[in-house]
Amino acid sequence: MAETKYMTINMGPQHPATHGVLRVVLELDGETVVSSIPDIGYLHRGIEKIFENRTYWQGQPLTDRLDYTSGMSNNLAYCLAVEKLLGIEIPKRAQYIRVMLSELQRIAAHLLWISTHALDMGAMTVLFYGFRERESCLKVLETVAGARLMPDYIRFGGLREELPEGFLKEAKAFIDDLPRRIDEYETLLTENVIWKRRLKGVCPLSAEDAIGYGVTGPVLRASGVNYDVRKAYPYSSYEDFDFEIPLGTAGDVYDRYLVRLKEMRQSVRIVDQAIQKLPEGPIKADAPEYVPPEKEEVSKDMAALIRHFKIMADGIKPPKGEAYASIESSKGELGFYIVSDGSEKPYRVRIRPPSFLNLGSVSKMIEGSLVADVVAAIGSIDIVLGEIDK
Amino acid sequence: MKQILPLLKGLRLTFTRVFTKPITYQYPEKKHEVPERWRGIHYFKKNEAGETACVACGLCVKACPNQCITLEIGERFDGKRYPIKYEIDPWRCIYCGFCQDACPVNAINLGKDYEQAHYRKEDFVLDMKRLLAMYEDRK
Repeated sequence: MAETKYMTINMGPQHPATHGVLRVVLELDGETVVSSIPDIGYLHRGIEKIFENRTYWQGQPLTDRLDYTSGMSNNLAYCLAVEKLLGIEIPKRAQYIRVMLSELQRIAAHLLWISTHALDMGAMTVLFYGFRERESCLKVLETVAGARLMPDYIRFGGLREELPEGFLKEAKAFIDDLPRRIDEYETLLTENVIWKRRLKGVCPLSAEDAIGYGVTGPVLRASGVNYDVRKAYPYSSYEDFDFEIPLGTAGDVYDRYLVRLKEMRQSVRIVDQAIQKLPEGPIKADAPEYVPPEKEEVSKDMAALIRHFKIMADGIKPPKGEAYASIESSKGELGFYIVSDGSEKPYRVRIRPPSFLNLGSVSKMIEGSLVADVVAAIGSIDIVLGEIDK
Repeated sequence: MKQILPLLKGLRLTFTRVFTKPITYQYPEKKHEVPERWRGIHYFKKNEAGETACVACGLCVKACPNQCITLEIGERFDGKRYPIKYEIDPWRCIYCGFCQDACPVNAINLGKDYEQAHYRKEDFVLDMKRLLAMYEDRK
């Protein structure tokens, strides 16, 4: 009698479908996956540790480099945590602008996802269409922040500077155009028989498993669990906006695709409302100890100059304590937990990255499926290795 | 038929693209137009005398998250400070713009230039001469 042996193969770390440097060790019985271990750490930069050696100000550029597809959301999560620590109130206008920008960033991230995922699944046209829209979205964000991927625009205490002229018009033009474009993707994919056969019923995750693994974001909602931080624990005035949480039923790859498409449409609604309801007022909180004065003031007013020097040279010193703030980023619940010992540098910064916990469920998802479906599963949870390895 | 129709619809969509203008542009010939706030390569603002507006206060050195700015402070006979040496390490710099935010006299700024290609390694380093030259190029 011949002996049955399982074959162990490496998928990655240099594999085009693993979206970065992820290695998955697969145990195969023929072409069926018996078990698998995702192996991470190829992009580890020690960001949590670097935070401890930097002032609160200087920690901010690091957050851009976690999930590099949604910089604005990362900035927002970090700022919310620091603001909680400082106990300062952000003006309504700044809050609305934050919502607007992070929703635009979510659209950009989802567009990137749909493009690359369709490419993984063999539908190349969507890649070009998706990147076309993503480009115009990044252009809008670029006019505000001055950079495409590392915005660094949301600062604690409000925003870096006022919105540029003509921004609202540009953003409006973009979101007015987008639903038509999403219809185009749907024409190409949703009812397409090849697409449906490739994705339907592939790598499902039940609601119990999803909750058990701590999965958040579109992957969780595709399994039919109604949990969204924007609704459950509203931050930054999300309670003022009217939007729905799209849910899936089967929890397979096809449902995740549908949930993300619907989410983009909801984001368009939110941005539209934010533009319509955008109140007038200041964009920085009234907290002179923590928020640097405007540049024009510095050159005129001696007190402002001294304050500017004090904040820039010494940094801010939050009171002793700890704070956790989380937001719904494009991947799921992104949280920052900061411990302050009263000095200008944080004692500890812990990041709760959504991709990391979502990746944990991959082993469960691909158990018993074919090797080719592993690509679909990894693509469908939308991981960014910058965030997983930190 | 029910299965073919969506495919045909998709084909119709892609076919109509034949008649639209391409949105790509030929990069080295046509440059990417950057917005007013673009955070590109740094430059030094000049004062009326044609020298750098920098007063060597050292705030940018403090604010820089990556410690990429080297500053040596000099003092003129009338007690005014000026930079003897001011250098930005282009390999460490992440173009976050904190130096620009910190500068109380708006001397150091991030410009619109974004192309970094040189034949020599030394040419990348942004010293005083190059920072001032970048200001001239801007106009």
